[in-house]
Amino acid sequence: MITWLYILLGAALVYSWKLIGYLLPARLLDRPLVQRSAEYLTIALLAALFAIQGFGSANQVVLDERAVGLLVAVLALVLRLPFIAVVFLAAAASAFLRLAL
Amino acid sequence: MKAKTGVFSTSLSVGLATGLYGISFGALSVTAGLDFYQTMALSLLMFSGGSQFAFIGVLGAGISPTNLLTAAGTAWLLGIRNGIYAIRLAPLIRAKNLRRISAAQLTIDESMAVATAQQDEQDGRKGFWLTGGFVFLFWNLMTAGGALLGGSFGDPKVLGLDTAAAAAFLALLWPRLKALRENLFAFSAALLALTSSLVLPSGIPVLVVAVFAVLFGLFVDKRGAQ
Repeated sequence: MITWLYILLGAALVYSWKLIGYLLPARLLDRPLVQRSAEYLTIALLAALFAIQGFGSANQVVLDERAVGLLVAVLALVLRLPFIAVVFLAAAASAFLRLAL
Repeated sequence: MKAKTGVFSTSLSVGLATGLYGISFGALSVTAGLDFYQTMALSLLMFSGGSQFAFIGVLGAGISPTNLLTAAGTAWLLGIRNGIYAIRLAPLIRAKNLRRISAAQLTIDESMAVATAQQDEQDGRKGFWLTGGFVFLFWNLMTAGGALLGGSFGDPKVLGLDTAAAAAFLALLWPRLKALRENLFAFSAALLALTSSLVLPSGIPVLVVAVFAVLFGLFVDKRGAQ
């Protein structure tokens, strides 16, 4: 039950940003300070999630098959492949490596 | 994207490509311990890839009251960029009442990207509604598929779904790493996340990094503050 509560709370919180954006006067949030903090927050959160999802393992930092997959992802990004191709190739590289080892 | 029909095909292909990724969300969500309906509630109601993956990512370490609170908080913080998109899109969409409520829910990376890439406003609005609608449709269909298949996959690692999630975060981050400053900042954030993950319970490192980012934006980087 508590899980449902937090799912609904989380959904409402995420939606609140979207709606507030349509309700607030643009001038209020158009300040450089707010814009910059928001941009840094996005970069930081994505970088943190990437690092933990890619190299974290229950209070440990490890280099495993995920790292190889992510190397493939970087190559795909450098080659300007579309989002779905980047994700697919990275997953496939890790899966193949796990199958082979 | 020059011709009128181009908006439709762009929206459809973006919707399909993004929607496909819902398979891994569905599978990872049931692996993290949520049931089918809870997984669908996240895709239907939260409807923001980054926030959803963060939510179940935190819960992967176990479904406890502390982790649930951290999950909701992390999802909320990650959703902040949708608010920025909404501010940018509001004058273009110019929706009222129920249309505005729907427009808000469809305000995500992809709908913003397609809408702002159009030459004129009419195509922009069309791109927004079509892309948002297609992503919503396919994302939820694929989530359902992933959630139903996920349990039978057993270990998502076999399909490399753990790497898929990390690669998705990287691909979302990639276009933002334009200058050396952003690169160094992202690297520091990743390093801080990993270092703090050695001693802190899962989910908390992301919040540590969030505090670091806001403090950095407010006090360290003074560009254009005058």
